[in-house]
Amino acid sequence: MKKIIAFISVIAAFLSLNAFMPSPGYQAGDKAKEIKLKNVDGKMVSLADYKDAKGFIVIFTCNHCPFSVAYEDRIITMHNKYSAKGYPVIAINPNDKNIEPEDSFEGMVARAKEKNFPFAYLYDQSQFYAKEYGATRTPHVFVLTRSGKNLIVDYVGAIDDNTDDASAVTKKYVENALEEILSGKKVSTSFTKAVGCTIKWKKA
Amino acid sequence: MKLKIVLLISFCLLTLSIRSQNVEMVKFPFVETILKNNSDTTYVINFWATWCKPCVKELPDLEKLNEKYSGKKVKVILVSLDFKRQYETNLIPYVSKNKLQSQVVLLDEPDYNSWIDKVDKSWGGAIPVTLVINNHKKFRHFFQKEITFEELEKTIKPIIN
Repeated sequence: MKKIIAFISVIAAFLSLNAFMPSPGYQAGDKAKEIKLKNVDGKMVSLADYKDAKGFIVIFTCNHCPFSVAYEDRIITMHNKYSAKGYPVIAINPNDKNIEPEDSFEGMVARAKEKNFPFAYLYDQSQFYAKEYGATRTPHVFVLTRSGKNLIVDYVGAIDDNTDDASAVTKKYVENALEEILSGKKVSTSFTKAVGCTIKWKKA
Repeated sequence: MKLKIVLLISFCLLTLSIRSQNVEMVKFPFVETILKNNSDTTYVINFWATWCKPCVKELPDLEKLNEKYSGKKVKVILVSLDFKRQYETNLIPYVSKNKLQSQVVLLDEPDYNSWIDKVDKSWGGAIPVTLVINNHKKFRHFFQKEITFEELEKTIKPIIN
């Protein structure tokens, strides 16, 4: 009996420890959480609202980061190309405005207007989704596909292989993944890394 | 008189050019050579960019370390990830304005995914990060966060003696 109690306490200790560890981040094949957040137009947006979507290109990004800014036009082009094929862009700003004032909700509204963003630009004020998805930098992309009631992660990583110069890109990681998904293939490169800005986490 | 002024101006320009360092543009093998270097030198390699606020904030601490341990086989290398097009407009002016004394290089290697893991497998890609490495002493520590002079000093002290 004592042994069983000891065993249970070890398991319980392990589980509680686990609960405090940050999520290691989604990988291809993982089930992703449904997202519901406030959009720049002030309305709540939920992924479930996109009745015709086959999936989503979720991008953690922000206003201030030069890596994010460098990709804005490419993200717009990508949305225009792939929302028609069932994969709209969902941009999410997870940064704490107390650390980076430019990344406030007002800043997002202004940026979306200035660049005429054709996609939803959501505010992850509590940073819940950035933590849940395991986003570590901006921009950080997660391509998701609807499968019945679930959202399955197909790709995690960078947009392409040249942040600085769109004309010098040789590998379009996200587009390649989407093309493979759309033609029913398995994504061949489902994980990449890129240099980016740190996510501005709230000070505990 | 005119000649004197010309001489004076040239002298000033010359001193200026001596004081601000020449920032080299490098490819990844430059970093790889340091990562594989077997000499008993402790390298403190910091990845940063001029527009990255947390990076710029910790530069004085790295400079302080470089100055204090320059005679002790400690070498601080500031690897800038500024965009190549901002080399002359942002990086060079920043380095000369702040009179950075640690070696600064611009890493012109845009396919980040091809080399991030070679620096450290645990690195997600966000900056700043700092790698302290001494292969001769088989020492390696990767800071995936902002650092302070005190933390760096505590890290290098046991390996430089």
